[in-house]
Amino acid sequence: MTMPGSAAWEPTAAQAIIDQLKSKPGALLPILHAIQDRFSYIPEEAVALIASALKLTRAEVHGVISFYHHFRTHQPGRHVVEICRAEACQAQGARALEAHAKAALGVDYHQTTADRTVTLEPVYCLGNCACGPSVRVGDDIHARVDAQAFDELVESLKTERVEVR
Amino acid sequence: MTYRIHVPSDTTAKSLGADRIARTVEQLAKEQGVDLEIRRNGTRALYWLEPLIEVDTAEGRYGFGPVKESDLDSLFAAEFWKGAVEHPLALGLVEEIPYLKRQERLTFARAGVTDPLSLEDYKAHDGYKGLENALALSPQVIVDMVKESGLRGRGGAAFPTGIKWQTVLNAPADQKYIVCNADEGDSGTFADRLVMECDPFMLIEGMTIAGLAVGATQGYIYLRSEYPLAQKNLNAAIETAYANNLLGENIQGSGRHFDLEVRLGAGAYICGEETSLLESLEGKRGLVRAKPPLPAIVGLFGKPTVVNNVLSLAAVPFILDQGAKAYADCGMGRSRGTLPFQLAGNVKQGGLVELAFGPSLRELMFEFGGGTRNGRALRAVQVGGPLGAYLPESQWDTPLDYEEFAKVGAVLGHGGVVMFDDTVDMGEQARFSMEFCVAESCGKCTPCRIGSTRGVEVIDRIRAGENVEANLELLSDLCETMVDGSLCAMGGMTPFPVQSAMKHFGEDFVKNASNAPALAEEV
Ligand SMILES: Cc1cc2nc3c(=O)[nH]c(=O)nc-3n(C[C@H](O)[C@H](O)[C@H](O)COP(=O)(O)O)c2cc1C
Ligand code: SF4
Ligand code: FES
Repeated sequence: MTMPGSAAWEPTAAQAIIDQLKSKPGALLPILHAIQDRFSYIPEEAVALIASALKLTRAEVHGVISFYHHFRTHQPGRHVVEICRAEACQAQGARALEAHAKAALGVDYHQTTADRTVTLEPVYCLGNCACGPSVRVGDDIHARVDAQAFDELVESLKTERVEVR
Repeated sequence: MTYRIHVPSDTTAKSLGADRIARTVEQLAKEQGVDLEIRRNGTRALYWLEPLIEVDTAEGRYGFGPVKESDLDSLFAAEFWKGAVEHPLALGLVEEIPYLKRQERLTFARAGVTDPLSLEDYKAHDGYKGLENALALSPQVIVDMVKESGLRGRGGAAFPTGIKWQTVLNAPADQKYIVCNADEGDSGTFADRLVMECDPFMLIEGMTIAGLAVGATQGYIYLRSEYPLAQKNLNAAIETAYANNLLGENIQGSGRHFDLEVRLGAGAYICGEETSLLESLEGKRGLVRAKPPLPAIVGLFGKPTVVNNVLSLAAVPFILDQGAKAYADCGMGRSRGTLPFQLAGNVKQGGLVELAFGPSLRELMFEFGGGTRNGRALRAVQVGGPLGAYLPESQWDTPLDYEEFAKVGAVLGHGGVVMFDDTVDMGEQARFSMEFCVAESCGKCTPCRIGSTRGVEVIDRIRAGENVEANLELLSDLCETMVDGSLCAMGGMTPFPVQSAMKHFGEDFVKNASNAPALAEEV
């Protein structure tokens, strides 16, 4: 399967996404989502295109991007691993998992491993609160993740065949 | 002969391996020449039993769970598809499992029973009867039915839904909107997710009825981006509804019109607050608006707008089908109907427990939940999400009722119950509440934005044993300032978990008080 969000920057593709969505009422969030889904982050070049299509200033678009935790303006690693930090997962050992994950990967939240396999992000609840600690990778949610399960998960991400485009 | 089995497909069942189980079952059946029809149901949300395979029989559905891949050989050897067979994972008839049998599943009657994306299944289980009735009623009669049902908003504030709808019905406008709040940000809650993943047509039907009731022709579901499967199922169900003339122009030949679209949030807790949500839907930063004006008068794009939680809208088809009285007959006092509670955190039997209001929190946590998962003593319970109070044992006999909870300074909120064992450090929990507010405040007002940052610092000093008494007093004052001076409940309620932790678990804050001099010297 092709990993979503790994396409190289293509202004025409970005413009096509923007043109398709720009007439929706309240189009900015749908556009930002579509751009990030395609390119894995929102490149500075895209901000300029979006601003001009929606008749906003670049500062206004940046203001919106920075308000929402989900949007990012730098290229992440091949996989974004989100660890749930919220209370129901805390009650099941999420704090120990966080500490382990940071130590095992050698990164803090919002950082990417040196081999660019994993970007680590916090998340506040994945709705999987009866079977925590919960971790999300792509559209997959993992339940009852302890240190060992985390290491296995990361190992499987590392050894996954890299798509050659 | 063909045997039919069901393998759940919601996020939690999948997170526990349900997809792999379904694939392996299919493969084994092929290899062994067993004629199995594998359907994917939603989930019953008896999560400690997931993945829970169900088998159709003449007497009802037999269950097996929790199933691991390594159990499949023995399940096949036992010919589990026949239902009433001996096996260590055999659970008997699923609907006889006490956890399920003792519930009053009105909203969740279909969850785990039907295929979420099958319109035929939905209709075969009373789906779209409410809309059929509504299409024959005047807007005012629909609104009156919702009022009479006693339904109060399930998103947290418990405002009467019928009264909100009346305001929008009365507001003259060329365009009105129905907005479903599917931001479900509260930790410990997943009932909205279950509706959207397991029974999406119910939400679509409820929103369509709301549109008829107030004269709105456009609906939006504002869905959090943390729920990819809910997004997929909602979009698929919406497409089916359009294809079957249950959305769009001239619905079922009635001349009425309703369009519906899913919009994604982007990981901001504050966008669950209704005015922040509207700003976000408009494509802006989610800054909270001052009220008045109410969204019912000046809402999305300045137009009259109903903003309701998923569960509020999901309760509507039942009310229009079975009547307002059938709904209002459940419950106690001013809390009518049922609330889907969600047992989460350190709980042995986590899952969804839909109950009429009235039983105690203790019954919920022990008779349903079975106590903690790891068997340690239960110590603290946070009810109602990250802005809800922590309850100590002395409060566990409080009946599950909005007003009774308010009396002890707690909230039911969206029905999330998060259990903590005796290893919890309540000073750390209090700190997290403040830290969460720092991360999630919209930044519009000072008590919330600055207050929470100060809150983290003060709690850190207390936990380090610095000037404990003076700092505790400072923390109390800070909490009061936030409660009194915040524009919305984000800043206004963040102190609830903090104050309850201080009041009931104060010893956890001062554990290090004796280290104070040593620490002071280090700095
Ligand atoms: C910080 C904050 C977060 C909220 N999050 C949600 C949420 O995720 N879902 C929800 O339905 N209501 C949430 N609410 C409540 C909404 O503001 C609003 O009361 C609700 O959507 C109204 O619908 P209801 O009457 O059906 O409950 C939140 C409120 C606040 C202050
Ligand atoms: S209380 Fe906090 S979240 Fe609410 S409006 Fe003020 S700053 Fe924004
Ligand atoms: S609190 Fe972690 S999944 Fe809900």
